Amino acid sequence: MAEFSLPANSKVVPGKTIKSASADAKRTRTFRIYRYDPDSGANPREDKYEIDLDKCGPMVLDALIHIKNDVDSTLTFRRSCREGICGSCAMNIDGRNTLACLKPIDEVKGDVKIYPLPHQPVVKDLVPDLNQNYAQLASIKPWLQTQSTAPSRERLQSPEEREKLDGLYECILCFCCTTSCPSYWWNGDRYLGPAVLLQAYRFIADSRDEMTGERLDALEDPFRLYRCHTIMNCTQTCPKGLNPAKAIAEIKKLMAARAA
Amino acid sequence: MTDTPAAKRQRPLSPHLQVYRLPLPALTSIAHRITGVGLTVGTLLLVWWLAAAAAGPEAYATASGFIASPIGLVLMFGWTAALWYHLLNGLRHLIWDGARMLTLGQSYYSAKLVIGGAILATLVTWVAAFAA
Repeated sequence: MAEFSLPANSKVVPGKTIKSASADAKRTRTFRIYRYDPDSGANPREDKYEIDLDKCGPMVLDALIHIKNDVDSTLTFRRSCREGICGSCAMNIDGRNTLACLKPIDEVKGDVKIYPLPHQPVVKDLVPDLNQNYAQLASIKPWLQTQSTAPSRERLQSPEEREKLDGLYECILCFCCTTSCPSYWWNGDRYLGPAVLLQAYRFIADSRDEMTGERLDALEDPFRLYRCHTIMNCTQTCPKGLNPAKAIAEIKKLMAARAA
Repeated sequence: MTDTPAAKRQRPLSPHLQVYRLPLPALTSIAHRITGVGLTVGTLLLVWWLAAAAAGPEAYATASGFIASPIGLVLMFGWTAALWYHLLNGLRHLIWDGARMLTLGQSYYSAKLVIGGAILATLVTWVAAFAA
């Protein structure tokens, strides 16, 4: 059910302010970062770091790495490839979900506010617990399934059939879209969310997959699929420029066509 | 893993509505729901008016008097605006159901079209109502 305010243990309180930029720094910026320490038992807080932008690279991830290396080593976040392909550094920056490594600091006006992906249990600081998302992904069986006898060579696709997977296979499963979706916020325990539904469509649309009917059966549910109300936050926020809203609409269309 | 289920339960929930900057298409979506609820309530007012007309001249005079009062007119104006918005945005949803007009740019374009159309249609309705 929709619960618009945060539970008592989740309310964010003001934290400490740390100025790391020296007095003669030419370009400084304040980063307001969500902090939660599971060992203290205290409520999450928002710490402010004033840093010298000439001491770090241009992206938000560069600033986070600068803070962790040179200012406050307790800051915790996930990162790996720093080039938008691993999906680890997904977080809420300046009120929208994106990958910290792909978000230029210059694109943010004023203080840079950084929070974990919205409406998720927080493990520590900017690290959310995504286990539910992964379990939901597993539930749609994200692999090719066949029933016919295996051919002696590869299962071929025409260029046209292959083209249908464009805009679907590029998903890196960062869950920016799923955690931007108000429907997922209110019904995430039963609604699969845009990332998982885009994956579901990726296998429905694949000419080599032979379980389309079963896949649609599994989604024929008031919550799993139909909690999508075309709010479009998913498409707006996708750091890879994909369109989960359209993929979900295609699934709904197939459902309607099959019922007719 | 040292995580106990108890520790897991105590994990805070990350901020959502508190920090998310909702884009225009998301605002048109919540407005669709709000106008839908508003239309239900507003329709009760109209049912009362119709029922009063059936009940007799005195009841009808009371109901008409209320609807013509400043509060009644504001409510009716809101109901007209909600009706136009909900109708036009409903057409947008109908187009979306065919998996069309779903790119990000198109969602902004259609959002502006629906908002502009609802404002225009509401004004035309009221000008026509008072000119008649």
